[in-house]
Amino acid sequence: MASYSINVNGEKRTVDVASDTPLLWVLRDSLGLVGTKYGCGIAQCGACTVHLNGNAVRSCSLPVSALGNANIVTIEGLSKEGDHPVQQAWQEVDVPQCGYCQAGQIMSASALLAKNPKPNDEQIETAMNGNICRCGTYHRVKEAIVLASSKI
Amino acid sequence: METMTKSNRRDFIKLSLTAGGGLVLGFQWKASAAMGMLDEAAPAADVIFNSYLSISPDDVITIFSPNPELGQNIRTSFPMIVAEELEADWKKVKVVQAMLDSKKFERQLTGGSGAIPHSWERLRKAGATAKHMLVEAAAKRWSVSSSTLKAETGKVIHPDGRSLTYGELATEAATMEVPKEVKLKDKKDFKIIGTSVRNVDNKEMVTGKPLFGVDFYREGMLHAMIQRPEAFGMKIKSVDSAAAKAMPGIVDVVTFKNNVAVVGKSNWEILKARKLLKIEYEKDGNIESTSDHDRLFKELLDKPEVAVKRKDGDVEAAFKGAAKTIKREYQCPFLSHSPMEPMNFFAHVRADGVELVGPSQTPEAARGATATLLGVAPDKITLELTRLGGGFGRRLKTDFVLEAAELSSIIKAPVKVTWTREDDMMGGSYRPAVRYRFEAALDTSGKMIGYRLRGIGINSGNPTREDNFPSGAVDNLLIEGEEYKSPITTGAWRAPITNFLAFAEQAFLDEVALAAGKDPVQFRLELLDRAKQTPVGAIKYDIDRMKTVIQTVAEKSGWGKKKNLAQGFSVYFSHRSYVAQVAEVEMKKGTPVLKKIYAVSDCGIVINMSGARQQVTGGIVDGLGHALYEASPSKMVQPNKGTLTTTASSVLKKCPKWKFILSTTVLTPPDWVSLRFHPQVVPWPTQSSKPPASVCITNHSHCKKK
Repeated sequence: MASYSINVNGEKRTVDVASDTPLLWVLRDSLGLVGTKYGCGIAQCGACTVHLNGNAVRSCSLPVSALGNANIVTIEGLSKEGDHPVQQAWQEVDVPQCGYCQAGQIMSASALLAKNPKPNDEQIETAMNGNICRCGTYHRVKEAIVLASSKI
Repeated sequence: METMTKSNRRDFIKLSLTAGGGLVLGFQWKASAAMGMLDEAAPAADVIFNSYLSISPDDVITIFSPNPELGQNIRTSFPMIVAEELEADWKKVKVVQAMLDSKKFERQLTGGSGAIPHSWERLRKAGATAKHMLVEAAAKRWSVSSSTLKAETGKVIHPDGRSLTYGELATEAATMEVPKEVKLKDKKDFKIIGTSVRNVDNKEMVTGKPLFGVDFYREGMLHAMIQRPEAFGMKIKSVDSAAAKAMPGIVDVVTFKNNVAVVGKSNWEILKARKLLKIEYEKDGNIESTSDHDRLFKELLDKPEVAVKRKDGDVEAAFKGAAKTIKREYQCPFLSHSPMEPMNFFAHVRADGVELVGPSQTPEAARGATATLLGVAPDKITLELTRLGGGFGRRLKTDFVLEAAELSSIIKAPVKVTWTREDDMMGGSYRPAVRYRFEAALDTSGKMIGYRLRGIGINSGNPTREDNFPSGAVDNLLIEGEEYKSPITTGAWRAPITNFLAFAEQAFLDEVALAAGKDPVQFRLELLDRAKQTPVGAIKYDIDRMKTVIQTVAEKSGWGKKKNLAQGFSVYFSHRSYVAQVAEVEMKKGTPVLKKIYAVSDCGIVINMSGARQQVTGGIVDGLGHALYEASPSKMVQPNKGTLTTTASSVLKKCPKWKFILSTTVLTPPDWVSLRFHPQVVPWPTQSSKPPASVCITNHSHCKKK
C-alpha cells in the first residue's frame, strides 16, 4: 500500500492503495466515482474510458502509479451541469438503451471532438471502434457525435 | 369510438392520502379470499395491486414503474401509457422504480416480451380513473356538471377558460367516489402514445449517476468475487486458501457448495488474492466437449424415432412421390449472454430479515429462491431493483442472487458479489446448442408438397416451434424435436430458440425457393396464399399481417429491381411481432459487404416510437454480430479464457456497424378493434427484430446478382 495524490476532475485526491491498482478501481472503490464502468478489465470494451490529459484511455489498464500529475477527467467531471455538447446530443438523439456503456462512449466521443471538432465518418468510426455496446446503439452514437460536432 | 371499461365485482380501488396531502391511487383487480371480497369465480390469488401513481399538491405526478429496466425502455413506456389516459403534462411526470412488491404488482418481471401486453389495460385504467376523479373534484369546486369540463395537460379546464392544476385538485379528488366504469381514450386522441419520447433516465445515464447494481454502495459493505469450477461436471476436491487470505485487504475466504468466495474491502485486492487460490477439482458427472456434442447431434438426428411435435398429412408418401428433394442441416453453438454489466448482487442477511439489492429480471423468483435457500419467510426479504446493464435473459436466473445471499449468511455481513467478465463467460447460462435437419419435397411444378424438420437441442426444452410458418401451408408436414440433458447450464437467450431457428428456417426456405426456381419473396407469398385459401391444420400466425410486412419491405427496398447489388430477404413471426427484412450486400473481392438493411416491423401498437426504433435496430445489430462473429468454446472441459476477443461482445466491435443504414418502418396494426380485445397482440419489438436479421444477410447469396 502507498499513498497517491492524483488529479481527478480538477481536484487533488489522495488514495491509499497498492501501486498496481488500476485507475478504474481507484475511481470506483476508493473515490466512489462509479460512473466509470467495469466491463472487461482488459481494455477491450471501452466502458471504463476516461480522459488522461485530454486523451481517451482505458482506466482498467492504467495503474495508479503511472498517473503522476496527469489530469484525469471522468464522466462526473465532463461538465458541471451535465451540459457538455456531447452529453446534450446524447439526450437529444436518445442514444442509451441499457445505458451501461454510455459513459465510456461519451468520454471517447468528447475526447475525439476536443481534438477534431469536425470529424468525418471514418474518423468517428476509428475513434469509437473500441467502445462496445451490447444493446447495439451504434447508429445513434454516431448520429449524436455528428450533432454535437455541428454545435461545437 | 370510445371504450367503456367496466370494473367487475372483484375490482376495487384503494385510495389514500399521502403524508403531505395528495392523491395516491392503486388498483387491485383481484382480491384474496382472505379479504372476503371476491366472488366464487375469482382465482385464489393474493391481493394484486396493478398500478400506482401519486399526485402531489405541488403538481408532481409520480408514476411507479414496477418492471425491471434493462434497456427495453419500460421505465419510459409504462408511464407514457398511464400519463396518456391521465391527460398528464409529461414534463411533470416523475418515474420511480418500484421495489419488488407482489401485493401491489403482478408479473413484476422482464422476459418474454410480455410486460406491455400484460399491463396495457390496467395502466390505462390507472390513468383514466385518476383523471375521472380529478374532473369530479373540479366540478364540485366550481359547482358545475363534470360533463362540461375537460382535462388537458395536467389541468381541468372550465368552459369559461379557468383551470385548476391536478396538484391543486389532488387532495379533494381523493375524496371523490371511485368510478365503477372508466372511459378510455380513442386511439385517434392519443397525444403521448405513439410519439417519440426520450428515455426518462437519459440525464442520469449521460452524467454517470449510480444507477446500476455494480454502483450500489452501502457503508460497511464488503466486496466478494467467487471462483467457480473451471468446467461443467466438476466439483471441488480441496481448497488451499492460505496465500489468498494473507493478502492485504482480504477479510475471509469462504468455501460453499462449489464456490470459493474471496471476501475483501476492494475489488482489486480481491482480484489479486483470487489468483493465489489453489483449488483442486474432481469429476462430478459428464465432462463434455464440443466434439461430443457434434457426435450426439448426428446420433439423435439419425435416431429412428424422435418426439413428434406436429404432423399434417403423409410426409413419407410425399417424399416418395417427389420430383425433387432438398436436405440441409444448420447448427448453432452455446453462446454467452454477456450483458455489458457483469452479474452482481448485494445481500445483507440479518437475524430479522434479508435485504437484497441489484439487477434482476425476475425479482420475485429471486426472493422465492432466497427464502427457500435460507429458510426465511418471503415477507422477511426485501428486494430493491437497480437498473440492469443489459440482461438478454441471463438475469432471469437467480444463481447470482443466491450466491450473494448465501455468502452474506455465512460471513454475517453485508456483501456485494461481482462477477468478472471471465466468470460471466465461463460460468454463464448459455443459449442452448441446437442442430436442425430440414427436408423439403417438390413436385414437378416446383410446389412444396412435403416439409420435414427434426431439431435436436442440448438443454433446450423444445428445440423447434412446430406451428411456425410454413406450417399450415404444406399438405404433408412433420416436425420433430428432442432435448439432450447435459451438465452445461443453459437459459433463455434473447428470443429463445427462435434466435437461431429463424436463421435455419429462413435460410432453408430460400434454398427450397432456389430449387423450385422461384423468387424467394414470391415463394413465401405463394405459401401464405396457400395457407389462407386451404389451411392445413392449425395456423398460429396472422397470414395477412405476415403478407403485409413482406410486401411492404419488398416495395420499400426495391426488391429485385436494384442493379449491381445482391439482396437477401427474410421474414419472421415471433414474440407477437411480424418482421420482414431485406439486406443489400455488395461483393468486394469475394467478400460480402453489408450496405443496408430494410426492416419492416408490425409489432402492434407502438407506445414509444423512439424506443421501438431502438429495439428494432438494436435487435438487428445483435443478430448481425452473432451471425458474423460468434464462436463457441472448442472444449467445454477447458473453456477458452472467456475473454471478449472470442465471444459475442467483442464481435460487435468488428461488426460493420457504420457501413449500413437501417430504414425501419414500424407499422401500426390495421385493425385497432381486434387489438383492443386481444391485448396479447400488443408486443414489444425487442426480441422479434433479432431473429430475421442474421439470415437476411446470409440469404443474399441465394439471390442472383441483378
